[in-house]
Amino acid sequence: MNLPLTPSQTVGPFLAIGLPWPDGPFVVPEGSEGAITITGRVVEGAGEPVPDALVETWQADPDGRFSHPDDPRGAPAEPGPAFRGFGRCPTGPDGSYRIVTLKPGSLPSPGGGTEAPHLDVSVFARGLLDRVVTRIYFPDESAANAADPVLASIGDPARAATLVARPDPADASGLCFDIYLQGEHETVFFDV
Amino acid sequence: MAAHPAAAGAQPASTPPPRPSLTVPSYERQTGVNPPLDFAGYRSTALRAPHQPLVLLPHRLTEITGPLLGAELVTQADADLTIQHAGEPLGQRITVNGRVLDSDGRPVPGTLIEIWQPNSAGRYRHVVDNHPAPLDPNFTGVGRCLTDSEGRYRFVTIKPGSYPWGNHLNAWRPAHIHFSLFGRAFAQRLVTQMYFPGDPLFFQDPIFNSVPEQARQRLISRFDLSLTEPEVSLGFAWDIVLRGRGATFFEPPEDRR
Repeated sequence: MNLPLTPSQTVGPFLAIGLPWPDGPFVVPEGSEGAITITGRVVEGAGEPVPDALVETWQADPDGRFSHPDDPRGAPAEPGPAFRGFGRCPTGPDGSYRIVTLKPGSLPSPGGGTEAPHLDVSVFARGLLDRVVTRIYFPDESAANAADPVLASIGDPARAATLVARPDPADASGLCFDIYLQGEHETVFFDV
Repeated sequence: MAAHPAAAGAQPASTPPPRPSLTVPSYERQTGVNPPLDFAGYRSTALRAPHQPLVLLPHRLTEITGPLLGAELVTQADADLTIQHAGEPLGQRITVNGRVLDSDGRPVPGTLIEIWQPNSAGRYRHVVDNHPAPLDPNFTGVGRCLTDSEGRYRFVTIKPGSYPWGNHLNAWRPAHIHFSLFGRAFAQRLVTQMYFPGDPLFFQDPIFNSVPEQARQRLISRFDLSLTEPEVSLGFAWDIVLRGRGATFFEPPEDRR
């Protein structure tokens, strides 16, 4: 059987009445041991912030495991109920979002190789007829990033570098990751 | 693809046999389904649609897993948008009923569906909606539910009104309800809109018409008299199909969530 898929439509300008959750930005509760904060802005082609976007993240736990029946390696050894793996944050008037999480572990890649620690990211907004998907990588993982098959598939190292977060000058354990939908600094987006 | 780092210095005599290689399903890629990101008729795409080509991302562990959320987020009452306030909202009471399936025809059970919509006058309860139609004190326009073991869902609500928007002169959105679905994998995530049959506004709506022509009808619900409750509500049916993993990926039914 091969049923025809339901098409995507834009999330529109009023997603804020339906999609934000009070605890959405917290993949782990704030203040959890090892918690890191990822902040950034969503920016459009004229350099203006996007104040009506939704940023979602999905990632492995610090051991590189997923609490999910489709992970062929099985469940995490010690499932952490406080770790949801998923984050969701609407952007503010200045286009900013904020996710509190744990740094994920690296992952074995089907067919060999190792994926560097990363978060998958979806961005939804008015003007986006489908979500756009990108990844956040970690600046302290340069060797792992250099061996990552997804970063390698981008080809142009300068473009691949747009997926590596920056240390947050204001937060020793924080990272900054801006998402440029368009323009000179356009983020790499994936056909997932 | 880069070789596995551990393979570089391997000593055949002393190393354990290699682990079996990791096999994961791949969610299918149907063409002619989704709208292009850059669609001139919808003006908001102009500064927001990426210009660089998307980079193909073969599905790996992060894409074939996803949040299995919802039980803690949803109460039974969240699926009835007409009982969230002291009084009943104004408008035509309807139910929206359907199943969430994957393209292999398998139901997607226990998955979170979130909906939001304007009231019967075409006004969203949102600070930036300045359409001068009345707010309804008895209608928020937000609902949630989890699909059941057969992938079924059901919402009780009121029929949303159409509303004007600034995309072009005399632009009006066809009546619609926004839907957000997770499925069971990051690759299945879908945000879309459900429309109503016979809407006279389809022809001028660039958001609806951004979808390839052969796929547009899939966004339109069907009126169903058998779902219509006498003296109570009109029934509409709308099934949602998420990407499947193909017939080759075998999984016993009892392992499914």
